[in-house]
Amino acid sequence: MVKVLLWGSLRTHTDGQAEVEVEARTFKEVLDRLAEAYPGLRPQIERGVSMAIDGRIYREAWFTEIKPDSEVVVMPYMTGG
Amino acid sequence: MALDSHGKREFKQIGTRVARPDGIDKVTGRALYGADMSAPGMLVGRILRSPHAHARILRIDTSEAEAIPGVKAVVTGADFSIPDDAALADISVNVMARTKALYDGHAVAAVAATSAQAAKAALKAIKVEYEVLPHVTDVDAAMAPDAPVVQKGRSLESVPAGMGANVTHHCEFGHGDLEAGFARADKIVERSFKTAATHQGYIEPHACLATMNGDGRADLWCCTQGQYMVRTVCAGVLGIEASQLRVTASEIGGGFGGKTTVFIEPVALMLAKKSGKPVKIVMTRDEVFKATGPTVSTSIDVKIGMTKAGRITAGAATLRYSGGAFPNTTVDMGAQAAFAAYDLDAVRTVGWNILTNRPKESAYRAPGAPQAIYAVESVVDELCLALNLDPLDVRILNAARKGTKSSYGPTFDDIGLLATLEAAKAHPHYNTPLKPGQSRGVSCGFWFNFGGNTCVSLNINTDGTVGVTEGNPDIGGSRASISLMAAEELGVPYDKVRTIIADTASLGYNDVTDGSRVTFAVGLATIKAARDAIKKMCGRVAKIWGIDEDAVEWRDGAAHPAGPNAGKFPPMTLEEIAAISFETGGPIAGHYEVNADGAGVSFGVHLCDLEVDKETGQTTILRYTVFQDAGKAVHPDYVEGQMQGGAVQGIGWALNEEYIYGADGRLLNAGFLDYRIPVASDLPKIDTQILEIPNPGHPYGVRGVGETGIVPPLAAVSNAVSRAIDVRMHELPMSPPRVLKAIKAARG
Repeated sequence: MVKVLLWGSLRTHTDGQAEVEVEARTFKEVLDRLAEAYPGLRPQIERGVSMAIDGRIYREAWFTEIKPDSEVVVMPYMTGG
Repeated sequence: MALDSHGKREFKQIGTRVARPDGIDKVTGRALYGADMSAPGMLVGRILRSPHAHARILRIDTSEAEAIPGVKAVVTGADFSIPDDAALADISVNVMARTKALYDGHAVAAVAATSAQAAKAALKAIKVEYEVLPHVTDVDAAMAPDAPVVQKGRSLESVPAGMGANVTHHCEFGHGDLEAGFARADKIVERSFKTAATHQGYIEPHACLATMNGDGRADLWCCTQGQYMVRTVCAGVLGIEASQLRVTASEIGGGFGGKTTVFIEPVALMLAKKSGKPVKIVMTRDEVFKATGPTVSTSIDVKIGMTKAGRITAGAATLRYSGGAFPNTTVDMGAQAAFAAYDLDAVRTVGWNILTNRPKESAYRAPGAPQAIYAVESVVDELCLALNLDPLDVRILNAARKGTKSSYGPTFDDIGLLATLEAAKAHPHYNTPLKPGQSRGVSCGFWFNFGGNTCVSLNINTDGTVGVTEGNPDIGGSRASISLMAAEELGVPYDKVRTIIADTASLGYNDVTDGSRVTFAVGLATIKAARDAIKKMCGRVAKIWGIDEDAVEWRDGAAHPAGPNAGKFPPMTLEEIAAISFETGGPIAGHYEVNADGAGVSFGVHLCDLEVDKETGQTTILRYTVFQDAGKAVHPDYVEGQMQGGAVQGIGWALNEEYIYGADGRLLNAGFLDYRIPVASDLPKIDTQILEIPNPGHPYGVRGVGETGIVPPLAAVSNAVSRAIDVRMHELPMSPPRVLKAIKAARG
């Protein structure tokens, strides 16, 4: 199981939990499991999110490996100028 | 060096200040910008824009315009379908209004004619019947439940029930127990701030030339920060296949984020389709201000608690952003960035996006961060004054560092904030006493940076020179930096490498030039493409020498036997290998494609000395120094240029720049005479100090540098002005009338 930290406004879709656990080994699996377990997150996930894995921020990185003790933070999709 | 290596190395060319490849063309006028391309039979395209801030479009009659001699095509919203994708649909409606004009300057029709005069006459002949609607341009007014509704039904699921119809997005970030944190504070300051919408202020207006043949194949030449983005958006809006639209990026006269979307390109393509002729559209400056994206306007509340020793015990902020008449989520970035510079046990930020009758926001350098950090850094400065603490000491005491749980969630790896703060503290600027009437402001800044989709090809020419093909418009000197990295990796002189920007048909997809990503991501891909070519060259040499490929290593621009057991062979240079490439297996090229990650966040610290004329409210910047972590400065001239450019734009934002609307919701200052950006005579030389804390995510340690520099100036200048007049300023810009008003109010 991987612990996943969600940003504040997503917690309305996880019964108020800031951190949830999912069975996942990759970036894509984290998002798939989150959307399955908490359907209210699906619209945001489909619009796009970033994910910080052990401090490094990823966008659209399906196969990035996640270890059981990795720090995983779901973040808004990064944009820049 | 192993071909998959990252980390420290002794550079031979990286870090040198080589001549820029585009310099001569640009100073002699030979460089081809968006408006410089022509085609036989080309028509002039012009766009008719709404004179109302908010109006229902009841009817458009184009018959008279179509009858004017020389007019070859007229388009309105009826010519465009609305894509299913919400983001594409918004762009489509922004480039040509459908049922409502949503802001002053919103496009409602366009013409293509054989002359500018005929096009102008045609615009006058188009009859648009409007029903003028109530409008709202202020972010706080727009959030009220009874505000005029800009667009109905646009709120995301993140917005709680009961909010006004213009509220489209809500976000929250943070951790810890705020109440307990504030209870530990010796001093709490809570303030509200406002910042004006500002334009990116690029000198080159948007321009494009479109052609579309009878068989549906189209070509587009345009100034943009991303030709692939233009292809994707235009193909989506017009319903054509990506392969049928080739987009070529011109040289670009500034973008700063404002050219990461489209405004005129789909219109030019539709006019070309209807007329069967090439169509060129060049925006006027008035159009650039009215109809292209400024940054968000904001209203922000900040509350910070601090101990007498200067430790921040808790921080909270509520951010209200408006990106104009269409939904956006820029406030996500501001709410994450607001407290990023600090190591906090208790922090919470809440963000809202609100629709207003203003043009659709476009990105602007570190979008969303300057405003949020301005508000936070202003309150930190007020606390330092109240507690009689040194502003740099307080920032050093509270600085985020490796292992800090950031205010937006992840734990920081190697970051350069502490190093930049300590450099500022030790710098002569900070230690120079101020003269009477002068004051000094300090601010930290932060930006995320990212990598993104990148594709590079590198060709070894038979004469031993090298061609690099990449897909990102060169907005800040990337061709020189990319050539330097290719030269370093291959071991050939810089002037043997030429880097060009491909059109969309010639190279795989590349994300736009944004997010400070190009030197990081394209550089990474170039290094990997060079290593791919090196591997192939070592393979050819292994065959020539009759030894295993693993027994050949690349060093100083030549293949060498890897050790004594490999045999004794004289080195073969790249030039020698290239000269016989046809005989040894054919052309030699390297290639690499990646969705790059590991860009590494970026911090900066700015120092600003100034004085304020208390009779006029005029602020004069006397001395300004930028400290920023570049990871590794590939070409220090360009890095310094980015730091200076960001500082100057931020100073303009702090002192003068703003969108000013009349009571009728129309923009009053759509030109550089009334929208005052800083010019060289307004400012001292901006000093810079580059710090190099290598980014572990890049083979050479490179970090993006393009955006962070615009973040600190807002607060650095505001803190200095507030100290100079002994009145805390809470609104940007601090134009002379606003400063004078604050001085008079304080005098009673």
